[in-house]
Amino acid sequence: MATATFRIWRGNDRGGKFQDYTTEVSEGMVVLDAVLKVQAEQANDMAVRWNCKAGKCGSCSSEINGNPKLMCMTRLSTLDLTQAVTVEPMRTFPLIKDLATDVSWNFHVKKTIRKFAPRKPDFSDGSWRMGQKDVNRIQEFRKCIECFLCQDVCHVLREHKKFDQFIGPRFFVHTAALEMHPLDTDTRTEDLKDKHNVGYCNITTCCRKVCPEEITITENAIIPLKERVVDEYYDPLRKLVMKIIGAK
Amino acid sequence: MAEYQTHAYDVLVIGAGGSGLRTAIEASAAGARVGVITKSLLGKAHTVMAEGGVAAALGNVDERDNWRVHFSDTMRGGQYINNWRMAELHAKEAPDRVRELEAWGAVFDRTKEGRILQRNFGGHRYPRLAHVGDRTGLEMIRTLQDHGIHQGMEVHMECTVLTLLMDGGRVAGAFGYDRERGHFLLFPAKAVVLATGGIGRAYRITSNSWEYTGDGHALAYHAGATLMDMEFVQFHPTGMVWPPSVQGILVTEGVRGEGGVLRNSHGRRFMFDDIPENYRNQTADNPEEGWRYTQGDKNARRPPELLTRDHVARCIVREIKEGRGSPHGGVYLDISWIKEKLPNSEEHIKRKLPSMYHQFKQLADIDITKEPMEIGPTTHYMMGGVRVDAETQMSSVPGLFAAGECAAGLHGANRLGGNSLSDLLVFGKRAGQYAACFAKENGDIAVDSVQVERAAREALLPFERGQKAGAEGAYQIQHDLQSMMQDLVGIVRKESEMKQALEGIQKLRERASRAGVNGNREFNNGWHTAMDLPNLLSVSEAITRAALEREESRGAHFRDDWPEKNPEYGKFNILVRQGRDGGMQITREPLAEMPHELKQVIEEMK
Ligand SMILES: Cc1cc2nc3c(=O)[nH]c(=O)nc-3n(C[C@H](O)[C@H](O)[C@H](O)COP(=O)(O)OP(=O)(O)OC[C@H]3O[C@@H](n4cnc5c(N)ncnc54)[C@H](O)[C@@H]3O)c2cc1C
Ligand code: SF4
Ligand code: SF4
Ligand code: FES
Repeated sequence: MATATFRIWRGNDRGGKFQDYTTEVSEGMVVLDAVLKVQAEQANDMAVRWNCKAGKCGSCSSEINGNPKLMCMTRLSTLDLTQAVTVEPMRTFPLIKDLATDVSWNFHVKKTIRKFAPRKPDFSDGSWRMGQKDVNRIQEFRKCIECFLCQDVCHVLREHKKFDQFIGPRFFVHTAALEMHPLDTDTRTEDLKDKHNVGYCNITTCCRKVCPEEITITENAIIPLKERVVDEYYDPLRKLVMKIIGAK
Repeated sequence: MAEYQTHAYDVLVIGAGGSGLRTAIEASAAGARVGVITKSLLGKAHTVMAEGGVAAALGNVDERDNWRVHFSDTMRGGQYINNWRMAELHAKEAPDRVRELEAWGAVFDRTKEGRILQRNFGGHRYPRLAHVGDRTGLEMIRTLQDHGIHQGMEVHMECTVLTLLMDGGRVAGAFGYDRERGHFLLFPAKAVVLATGGIGRAYRITSNSWEYTGDGHALAYHAGATLMDMEFVQFHPTGMVWPPSVQGILVTEGVRGEGGVLRNSHGRRFMFDDIPENYRNQTADNPEEGWRYTQGDKNARRPPELLTRDHVARCIVREIKEGRGSPHGGVYLDISWIKEKLPNSEEHIKRKLPSMYHQFKQLADIDITKEPMEIGPTTHYMMGGVRVDAETQMSSVPGLFAAGECAAGLHGANRLGGNSLSDLLVFGKRAGQYAACFAKENGDIAVDSVQVERAAREALLPFERGQKAGAEGAYQIQHDLQSMMQDLVGIVRKESEMKQALEGIQKLRERASRAGVNGNREFNNGWHTAMDLPNLLSVSEAITRAALEREESRGAHFRDDWPEKNPEYGKFNILVRQGRDGGMQITREPLAEMPHELKQVIEEMK
């Protein structure tokens, strides 16, 4: 049987290094299979997150040969196995151990986003009417599996460490899903401008390129949000009108 | 007692899948202080993987649907040994629970009139599954998660409960560890709700993740609660079979709901060859009628591919055994054939089944819009679990509740697709409500340090053994258990093999008691696996003993040596509890008499 070598990051927040593991590989295997095989046979105490093995849960995010990817959806046949395949944790988040990073920041950020606030139901059974075409747009955003790979590549977080000022692409997608929800009555533009700083994003599209769900993060979520902020706060004509009519 | 990080709650919810989150939302709303514990990160529990939909008789697509039809479908699917009261509550309350999700932000696919769209699924008479493409579970868990985090509950991510604590006869909380750092954690609580999901990791071929080690089942059993229906393990007919590394990954029943057909290597639609008597009236007798049904023709009957899962799985096993299987040991599931019927079939398939398209394309190089898939049965769902009161979801232990997959009763001998997601909502809500109530009405509990210290000591033993010669890693033991259960207590069972399995479990238990780990307590998956082993072993033993006791074939339980259904065995459930001597006790519990009105409903729907 063929073998391949995996150069896996081993270590914790106090330090670490790459270690090479050679293991048997067979047709159809993905990186996660190889990593779990190494774990079961050679490194029982290795920390790896996974659940679904089918790209649905967003647990197995890592950097494979330097590219942010889901381990369970990366076929070995797409990699050059004549060289060692490097597998490392997402580098933007603090390391816990081996391939597991501390992503808890993301869960705190979500709490800071104003929650869904629907208008009153259309019918007495508590239901509403919404057309499929009205929800297509936000259904795209709701595909997000919270793998946080987009957060991992965003330079505002990765290089500039603006964790306390910037919510990152994942949460712009989340905000967009709320803002464009046909039933929602709340507004999040002020937060986007002042607290969540959508302005820091300079549309590099790195986040869109790595999204395993192929969500058009920049064009469909971030740019429309930026436009909302501009319309509301920087459009002089609109500002004037709002002042005259006494709206916020 | 040593000092442990302590978090006290009124209601402690173990599990953050659909049932745990729904429980926590309800208990928080009732004013209880609520803590939620989950082995994974929030939003990654099994519920996220559910594909096809959530069953509720909303009647949006076919106005003939109502709770009575849903109730009788559920009972028929469960071969009438379901807890009828749970089936009744479930059918009546599911529509409100689904509509409520919409109020919390869920966005289901829509009908032309702008209502929630519903699709066909096996065993459901009318299109009943509210869905979002084939990622319904994601929609549901995200909705509950995003709503829940604003409700005040505290979530402990990546923590595992090792044992329940008792105060006299009453539950008093739980003790566990933080997976990331390896610290022990103490959770005193007035009421505890188990929402831990299933047991699929007891088998080699499974659609379930590492999490499904039957922890809730085992925790309840050791706390003195009764388990029920443990012989009924659902093998889903369609799991991936190739490539080997994806074996077992689920292919949603939605594929068949949208018109997908099963064929053997001779190209024959073999499901037409064996239609059970009690479904004959409701099943199409030719392919044309079946197709019309999947396209919404209300006068057509459903194709035999949409018979219940137990039956479809066995027909597939028969085809494979008799040499008519596909090259990699499955049969063919084909949705691409609908190009004969629909001009834009490729687009249609991609829109209706996006994640299936994606999954096959990426993992198996198969374009399902152009060619058939190879599929075979996979371990999927546990009908058996903690025996609970239908109204309150409380177990036989005061203060200990169970909801979702780890509870038993609703599904009887076989669960219908879509009835799990609705189960989570209906009974999660009830568990939350009554657990909060129990906490309010009952005074404080006292934590017994002896129990805590014992659990802590046992948890650390694998590290001590890890240094010794002859200690074995936990992965190999788990793997051997899975292979044995797959071979000896799988889809087709017989007495001699199950007795062999019982001996095997005993041997594996001895090996497990010698399992050692190396490294330290920080995020050590080897240690975690070692601690899951005793749970898997308890659950495997319960499955095997209950399956031995049921000398007939019913629903998901098929005995080669007793291939017929026996009406005598339709009069009771099999219970499992820990005897005084510490051994496992099996008893038969007669079914409660069904009220006349419900009997009539079943009669009308025949
Ligand atoms: C691939 C797939 C597709 C499915 N599709 C459908 C479908 O279309 N329709 C349908 O109705 N059903 C479907 N099901 C079944 C359904 O998804 C599950 O039965 C249901 O989600 C179980 O929910 P739950 O809340 O009971 O448990 P889960 O969602 O599994 O949650 C269990 C929770 O308990 C936690 N836990 C377990 N043990 C411990 C412990 N010791 N300490 C702390 N926490 C613990 C876990 O970490 C997790 O958070 C599908 C299942 C699978 C696997
Ligand atoms: S487009 Fe914006 S959000 Fe996305 S990676 Fe670039 S800077 Fe970050
Ligand atoms: S938007 Fe895409 S990349 Fe970002 S978390 Fe969601 S699924 Fe992952
Ligand atoms: S394991 Fe779920 S996305 Fe990879």
